[in-house]
Amino acid sequence: MSRLNEENLRIARQIVSRYPKKKSALIPLLHLSQEQNGMVTNEAMEHIAELVEVTPAEVLGTCSFYEMFKRHPVGEYQINICHGISCHLLGAEDVLEHAEKSLGVKEGEITQDGKFSFEGVECIAACTEAPCLQVNYRYVNRVSSDEFDQLVTDLKNGQNTQIPKHGTLAKTRQNIQSEKLAGPSEVENASPPVWLQRNKEDQ
Amino acid sequence: MSIPLITTSRWNIEDGHTLEGYLRTGGYQGLRRALEMTPAQVHEEVKKASLLGRGGAGFPAGIKWGFLPPDVWPRYLVVNGDESEPGTYKDRLLIERDPHQLIEGCVITCFALGLSQCFLYVRGEMAHGQERIASALNEAYEHGYVGRNILGTELSVDVVLHWGAGAYIVGEETALIESLEGNRGMPRLKPPYFPASIGLYGKPTIVNNVETLSNIPWIVEHGGDAFAKIGAEQSTGTRIFAVSGHVRNPGVFEVEFGTTTFRDLIMGDQYAGGIRDGNTIKAFIPGGASAPWFFEEHLDIPLEKTTVDNEGSMLGSGAVVVMDETTDIVKACHNVVRFFSRESCGKCTPCREGTNWLEKILDRILNGYGRPEDIDLLLDVCDNISPGISWPPKQTTICPLGPSAVSPIASALKRYRSEFDAYIASNTDTPVTVNGGRA
Amino acid sequence: MTEIQQDSDLISVTIDGQEVKVKSGEVLIDACEEAGVDIPRFCYHKRMSQVGMCRMCIVEVDTGRGPSLQPSCMMDVSEGMVIDTQSEEIKKIQDGVLEFLLINHPLDCPVCDKGGECPLQDQTMAYGPGETRFVEEKRHFEKPIPINDNVYLDRERCILCDRCTRFADEVVGDPLIQFIDRGNSTQVNTFPEDPFASYFSGNIVQLCPVGALTAKPYRFKARPWDLEEIESTYPNPLGDRIVVQSSRDQVLRLQGLDSEAVNWGWLSDKDRFSFEAFQSEYRLDNPLVRGGGLNKADKSGTGLVAASWAGAMSIITESLNGADPDRVAVIGGARLTNESQYAWTKLAKGIIGTDHVSADLGDDLQPHVLLGLPRATISEACQPNNTIVLLTPDLKEEYGTLFIRLRDAAKNLGVKIIELSPMRTALSADAAVSLHPLPGEIGNVVQAITTGDIPREVGGISGEDLSLAHSHLKDTNVFVIVSRSSMGQSEEPIIEALTSLQEVDNCRFLPLVRRANTMGALDMGMAPGLLPGRNTLSSGSSVFSDIWPNLPTESGANTKQILQKAADGNIDTLFLLGADPLTDFPDKALAKAALERTNTIISVDLFVTPSVYESDVVLPAASFLEADGSHTNVEGRITSIRQKITPPGTARPDWMIAAEISHRLGHDLGIDTPEDIWEELSSRSAVHGGLDYRKLDHQPDGHLITATGRIPFIPAEERIETRPVDSYAMRLILGRRMFDQGTVTQMSPSLTQLAEKSDLRINQYDFERLGITEGAQVEVTSGGANISISVKVDNRVPRSTALIYSNLEGADPRELLIEGAHSIDIRIDPTVKASA
Ligand SMILES: Cc1cc2nc3c(=O)[nH]c(=O)nc-3n(C[C@H](O)[C@H](O)[C@H](O)COP(=O)(O)O)c2cc1C
Ligand code: SF4
Ligand code: FES
Repeated sequence: MSRLNEENLRIARQIVSRYPKKKSALIPLLHLSQEQNGMVTNEAMEHIAELVEVTPAEVLGTCSFYEMFKRHPVGEYQINICHGISCHLLGAEDVLEHAEKSLGVKEGEITQDGKFSFEGVECIAACTEAPCLQVNYRYVNRVSSDEFDQLVTDLKNGQNTQIPKHGTLAKTRQNIQSEKLAGPSEVENASPPVWLQRNKEDQ
Repeated sequence: MSIPLITTSRWNIEDGHTLEGYLRTGGYQGLRRALEMTPAQVHEEVKKASLLGRGGAGFPAGIKWGFLPPDVWPRYLVVNGDESEPGTYKDRLLIERDPHQLIEGCVITCFALGLSQCFLYVRGEMAHGQERIASALNEAYEHGYVGRNILGTELSVDVVLHWGAGAYIVGEETALIESLEGNRGMPRLKPPYFPASIGLYGKPTIVNNVETLSNIPWIVEHGGDAFAKIGAEQSTGTRIFAVSGHVRNPGVFEVEFGTTTFRDLIMGDQYAGGIRDGNTIKAFIPGGASAPWFFEEHLDIPLEKTTVDNEGSMLGSGAVVVMDETTDIVKACHNVVRFFSRESCGKCTPCREGTNWLEKILDRILNGYGRPEDIDLLLDVCDNISPGISWPPKQTTICPLGPSAVSPIASALKRYRSEFDAYIASNTDTPVTVNGGRA
Repeated sequence: MTEIQQDSDLISVTIDGQEVKVKSGEVLIDACEEAGVDIPRFCYHKRMSQVGMCRMCIVEVDTGRGPSLQPSCMMDVSEGMVIDTQSEEIKKIQDGVLEFLLINHPLDCPVCDKGGECPLQDQTMAYGPGETRFVEEKRHFEKPIPINDNVYLDRERCILCDRCTRFADEVVGDPLIQFIDRGNSTQVNTFPEDPFASYFSGNIVQLCPVGALTAKPYRFKARPWDLEEIESTYPNPLGDRIVVQSSRDQVLRLQGLDSEAVNWGWLSDKDRFSFEAFQSEYRLDNPLVRGGGLNKADKSGTGLVAASWAGAMSIITESLNGADPDRVAVIGGARLTNESQYAWTKLAKGIIGTDHVSADLGDDLQPHVLLGLPRATISEACQPNNTIVLLTPDLKEEYGTLFIRLRDAAKNLGVKIIELSPMRTALSADAAVSLHPLPGEIGNVVQAITTGDIPREVGGISGEDLSLAHSHLKDTNVFVIVSRSSMGQSEEPIIEALTSLQEVDNCRFLPLVRRANTMGALDMGMAPGLLPGRNTLSSGSSVFSDIWPNLPTESGANTKQILQKAADGNIDTLFLLGADPLTDFPDKALAKAALERTNTIISVDLFVTPSVYESDVVLPAASFLEADGSHTNVEGRITSIRQKITPPGTARPDWMIAAEISHRLGHDLGIDTPEDIWEELSSRSAVHGGLDYRKLDHQPDGHLITATGRIPFIPAEERIETRPVDSYAMRLILGRRMFDQGTVTQMSPSLTQLAEKSDLRINQYDFERLGITEGAQVEVTSGGANISISVKVDNRVPRSTALIYSNLEGADPRELLIEGAHSIDIRIDPTVKASA
């Protein structure tokens, strides 16, 4: 079952309602389903297609454009080692090499216990902290070989509880009471906003 | 030299990201001030400030705002928080450490321009930033700084937090809009040159960078003139630069715009503190991976838009990447080219095929299979992506991504061609299998 | 219309040093082409949005602010523009783009279907770099993968021009193929296990500028340089223009011809791939006669056997010699060319002397509706800001290219569509108002909309929706597209609706017909009471009597009346001209009785249909691929049909058969070539006066016949009372699908598998209300008749109505029709599980 579960369906509907056009919710919903399943399955894409009223092919077209969406299983902890220019200058290739040795798998593969996979990624916007990496999109700065190994051990032993399993994006969501929302405007034939109308009169 | 910190003032305040911390340190005063003014007056202050966009192109925000066609509704604000240009590291900090400042900037902008909804497009990989801004938005809604009838006035604007999902090109503003519509992030064709006339859902749309908008509360609170007094004549205010690479103190610094020099920034003790290990500087990228490289002789150029443009590069996204004498220039060049090749959206033939070809040639050279004719080939492929290999680039492509792959090659070959030659000379045989071998 | 003229004001620009006049507002690449300067391109296609992806068409443009590089497909011309398409820099850029396209393109031209007609290959020969400088491994994908039953995709050959994907999404609204992945790995593909199920998939093969997309019916069949081609018309109601391509007397491919007036180069798959049918082994290629004796009431056990033309003809003359013209009748003729129709009308009415001639099969609008209303063309209707009222079922199913034109009009031209269809259709999403009146109630609904006299509710439509529709009729030009929608509804409610619409100022009509050349048939007099050129028997007798010796004086019977007469034993000789009443006539029992009681049935056809099977003499006719002539579409547009191959066996053009029979009856029909017909007709028919048959070949948009009013529309007199559906019943819609049990679909190997099985479709709401499970067999009854059928949820069907498609394998919904009823209510009994 990789359709959205009931709770996520509720969240999904809320997300959809915040956009003037449904298809805009596509990427957020793909994140949501990846959060639920650790990856994006075909079934999930079909469900999302229903929710935003497009074809599954359109969902796939969008989904496959973006790197964060994994259409194949990855480790419970996906380690993204930055190899952007700043990290490259400060030894990113060594970190990658070390990761391969330390985890015993190649880039893109999953460790036998299903816990880890890693890959080199483009700049993750922590350039002054090079070499750096992300585990499930949580930063680890200026990482040395020892620190890398320690991190892996901690994650394996459940000693690091900071990092949620793959797919979890923001642990805090936008959560707004409906009466506080202004609500999306009509895309066609809207009238000028009231505060402008008032000020037109003022001027 | 005492300039105020405009955008980074709360970075070292423990709770600066919370509503409480923000209010304690003077937050939402700009919004209160704006609500006492007319929308047109607010816009006027931003024009007076001559605030240049901080996303890369450096276009004056006040003027861009003026491109909105009159009487077309609704109009939208899209905040570009996709920060992915290699070396760039500032928008994430602004989002994580001072999210309310950004939200305040957004709300003021919507007020000034009559924008009916704001979409905050934050790069997907920034989970922590997403969390921080989500909490800040929840607080701001709760306390009436965003949403229906803001601070009890008629102003009603939603700020919708949107996730990116990993694609550098989505930072390009029309690709950003496509992505926000749920599509593949492929840039739209120009004209129109700005989404101000036809943008999100085909409606007038203002796209601004996170740092650009983070300046707005200060400008409105203190006045455009006060802002314009800081910095140089055409590069006003302060700007955030991230200095990374082979420096002693890599870091993110807010400096006076237009007057500070690269030497101050890279060598100065209060900033990056000079080259590591007492080494000498070999080259530096002045404004993100897309920018042509500078060398030692460029150090005394001020961080001023026009000057840097005239010197043949750009300040771009405020990312300074420093390479010292130990740098393997061919590898560095390959690294940057590979970035553009992997991040090409695939729309334009020259970018999709050309950048990938460049990467493959450099791969071959690095792996000891270079041929003497490869240098000319590299330059000719560059020329076919960006005719004349000039600056600012001419382009055979829709957006500047393709031509950006030309910058590192042209730069590296200009000064350090011998390093390429050395790789090629180490080649012992011709590895070349003619393509199409596998039928 | 004046607006268009203003738009096309000429401006002057300089192209490669030459000052030329071009149309203002035109796209640069087109303007250059018209000025004789060809700019290479791959992604640009003038019938789709511009994407500027391939970058092949870059030129240097100076609009006064200095020269800059611009894709010429993305720019409109403006006064004073200076364009350079030939500079060294431009040449280098174009060579560069070509080289980029080729580095990952397999050089398998010798085995590629496109080899010889490939723009990429041509460009490479003309401009491209000689030797490859790309020494790396090329991109690899699995070799051709099927993306649906008929189309294969070779992703290695694809140059990502976005044409197929744009077509699917923009032109026909089937976004089932997409760009997938990114950058250098981008590929076109479908969602896994979700094929490109589009009625228009063949168009993408024609659009593909390289050999990445190929169609199964054509793959590996021929090399382009072996192909000969000719421009022609597909005989469907719209008269889609085509190019017929053949090699060694075999048609191998039909392509759409870009006619501005009609199909813009598009074709439905049914038409595109149907050429297989006409070359199938089941084509009739010799006359057949009933063995074991003729003129028997009981024909069982007496099969059809091959005969000579002379043998067949002698049976025909025998049955006609000295026959009472009142006991001879002709049904059909809509398949024929205009020329053959004229010849047959002349034979029947002028020589034999019967007026029982009718091309209709009881499922189309009557001649006075088709000919009596002020007619509009498709292009006139599709002008900015018009309102189009649709009184039709799903156009996508039956009138593919018209669907495409209207979709474009609604999406891109601001045309407002008021759809009044029995259920949601492929156009509903783009319609300004989409309403679904209960079958039988359309007259009342339209009356409310046109008069603005809005009741609280009528025909299942709320007053609010009626008012909205009414508001769109004001201050605009109104065009009505109408057809005999569901057979579950009689013609009267439609006539009632048309009567109301006629009152709208300047309202014009485009009535649709079901069969290929019904319009031609009417214009050639193939209806009781009519003579060629929209003459009636009385107005035309003086025109034709000199060459039509035996003209009847009294109006004859229409198809229904002919069948009735035959069933009563009052017809001795019945001609079926490509008509199959057993399959098509709504009252199946009547058709059956008629054929059983008629002494001599003579079929002129291409295939053995159920009715042909019951005939006594069968004459093989030539198809549109095998004979010259012309076609009249629903607009009244006459275009040429051109012979490309020879007919199978001894099959011959229909007009020739008429001439032969006439000759044997002792009369010279005076027709030796199709051209002769026009000589005879154009001097006598005011309607056809301006037509020059020989010029048709050079008129892609053909010759438009505009005369109206010669046959007056007969308005409805009475109002049909509304009839609510009681809560146990459902109102029946009989729909049509593009692919059904029709001969062409069944005889084309590539199409047969596309036809579905018959089922009953209802809304989810009714489904739950009735407590049925999906796929269950149920018993459906109406007026005593019942059928057993499986049920399916289909939310396009409104509540309280039920849809069954006609002519699919399985249950035949014609059983449920009730003679004389304006609409049919059925009952579904979910508890009585009929045995399968
Ligand atoms: C390839 C490419 C990537 C870009 N990436 C970013 C980005 O990550 N963040 C950003 O703010 N602007 C980016 N830009 C610039 C935007 O297109 C746009 O100019 C900017 O967001 C406008 O905001 P500003 O006027 O406030 O600077 C990019 C441009 C290009 C061509
Ligand atoms: S230049 Fe590259 S990234 Fe930009 S639109 Fe073209 S293909 Fe996409
Ligand atoms: S034809 Fe103009 S870019 Fe492709």
